[in-house]
Amino acid sequence: MSPAKDLPKKIPFIQVGKTVLTIWKFITSNIKVTIGSGIVGFFLLVAIFGPMFIHNNPALYTRQINLSPSWQHLLGTTTGGQDILEQLIVGTSTSIFWGLGTTIAIESLGAVIGIVGAYFGGWWDELLTVLSNVFLVIPGLVLAIVLAAFLPRGSLTVSAAIFVTSWAYVARSLRAQTLSLRSRDFIVAARSMGERTWRILFFEILPNELPLVSAGIVNNFSNVIVAMATLEFLGLGSLNTISWGTMLYWAQVNAALIVGQWWWFVPPGLCIALFGAGLTLINFGIDEIADPRLRQFKSRKRKQLKKVTTI
Amino acid sequence: MKYIIRRIGFYLLAVWIAVTIGFFLPRLAPGNQTDSFIGRLEANGPLAPSAKQAIEVALGVDTKDNLFVQYIHFLQNLLHGNFGVSYSNYPQPVMQVISESIFWTIGLLTVSIVISYILGTLIGIFSAWNRGTAFDSIAPVATSFLASIPYFWMAFILVYFLGAKLHWFPYYGGYNTNFDTGTSAYYLSILSHAILPAITLVISTLAGWLLTMRNTMVTTLSEDYVQLARAKGLTNRRIMLMYAARNAILPSISGLALSMGFIVGGQIVVELVFSYPGIGYTLLQAINANDYPLLQAIFLIITLAVLGANFLAEIAYMLLDPRIRQERK
Repeated sequence: MSPAKDLPKKIPFIQVGKTVLTIWKFITSNIKVTIGSGIVGFFLLVAIFGPMFIHNNPALYTRQINLSPSWQHLLGTTTGGQDILEQLIVGTSTSIFWGLGTTIAIESLGAVIGIVGAYFGGWWDELLTVLSNVFLVIPGLVLAIVLAAFLPRGSLTVSAAIFVTSWAYVARSLRAQTLSLRSRDFIVAARSMGERTWRILFFEILPNELPLVSAGIVNNFSNVIVAMATLEFLGLGSLNTISWGTMLYWAQVNAALIVGQWWWFVPPGLCIALFGAGLTLINFGIDEIADPRLRQFKSRKRKQLKKVTTI
Repeated sequence: MKYIIRRIGFYLLAVWIAVTIGFFLPRLAPGNQTDSFIGRLEANGPLAPSAKQAIEVALGVDTKDNLFVQYIHFLQNLLHGNFGVSYSNYPQPVMQVISESIFWTIGLLTVSIVISYILGTLIGIFSAWNRGTAFDSIAPVATSFLASIPYFWMAFILVYFLGAKLHWFPYYGGYNTNFDTGTSAYYLSILSHAILPAITLVISTLAGWLLTMRNTMVTTLSEDYVQLARAKGLTNRRIMLMYAARNAILPSISGLALSMGFIVGGQIVVELVFSYPGIGYTLLQAINANDYPLLQAIFLIITLAVLGANFLAEIAYMLLDPRIRQERK
């Protein structure tokens, strides 16, 4: 048993401290996770606190149009005279929060479908598995684009279209996990004690799958951000909202590319790429922690190993 | 054999679900979908009620049938390859609009997937073989970084630097309109116009193949038969390619099938940036013009094509992996 077992259970400071310590240990355990968390943390801070520092409306048209970067406008201005840095900060906030919300919704739906199917088995499982597999082979982005094209334009449409098309991976991985949990002793015990089914599903099984779910969130987050930016870039998002995707849409519409206004289309894309890279690094780290075979040997150890094999 | 029948059944079901989604898609749209189209025609003057009705008949939306009868009609039309009339290219049938663009997409897609798959797999093999070296720490991370960039933004950057700035490659359209079709200059221009879109797709998809191959090969490298091959004193190249890589390639083949849908989705957006005359560009024009029959048909065509490709990949997988054949017997 862990040493925490001896402590009285209801001391919140210790609980919080323990959680922080666990997270800190996870972050510093692997160089890839450290760098990745740094990048993601930076973007989260900008998303939360950045908009507080912007006092004018970044969508407002001004007369200072098409300025290249200067001290006054660090990233220059658009064809409409809007400050690009301000737009970028507000856009970071929009993209990250919509992305996070959508990702969590996807994980939840996938978790419910995966867990329910695997737990009940039989016809339910058969049906839900086939449905997930079908959604895995149907090209998701194409369906999302067409779906969003038929619905009224807006952020919610973009989010919904991506939600509908990307739950299947989550459902499949959680189904596999639930299948292996279903016949464990503690579940059998809970069932024989007459616990209600929903309680078993969400208080016995789900907590045991939380590591998988959180890894899934890390994994999905960047895909969702890219998919949202893609749909918004196609003009399917809300054109009154500033986000990474709509910034790129306006840059394309105003031919920033041909005119050579690199300061307009480079920053939003770079943000998407950097944020995605941060999440990917965390994910690599999780993989390496979970599967020791992927871990890289320290070079000295490797040389020794080679010697042994050559002997 | 039973396994094959099961898979065929699954794909038939998938086709049916895709077709049903396709049927319901236009019914999600707010308002009467022909209104905007008729409104556009009426810009030149009011239409007589009989003319309006004639158009509705042509578009196939005049029916008062219930949903089920409409569904049956839809399926019948589908079997005859009849997807209706395009609003934005009126009165061209949708099928004709699609057939003009689909070969551009298939050509570009095939070439870029083949290049990217071979290149990515080779780098993956090399990376796993040299595990722990600088190359192995940099290559997977660098390509993953490239893969987390949206396809269309990658296209932006290439257009800007290699196209607009350096003028190395053309970056607009699929061919040079100054040349007559059929001349060798025309074909060369097709080739040169495909270079930038192809590079975009290759760079963006490289990481997937690389990582799958590297991670599986790391596993096969620690197998006994590789050890045995070393003990026999076989050359490194032989061990690397014929022992480790050969046994690691299977997961990457099924990965090829699963990621087909992603790549097609990415290509659609890339085509917009390059104004490449493929099916993706047509799709985007259909979105802007609210051309619902065209949208519906493009979704169905792309989905059916991806399902077909997946099915072929599964068959190939079965032929390549004797274990599956054995197990199912």
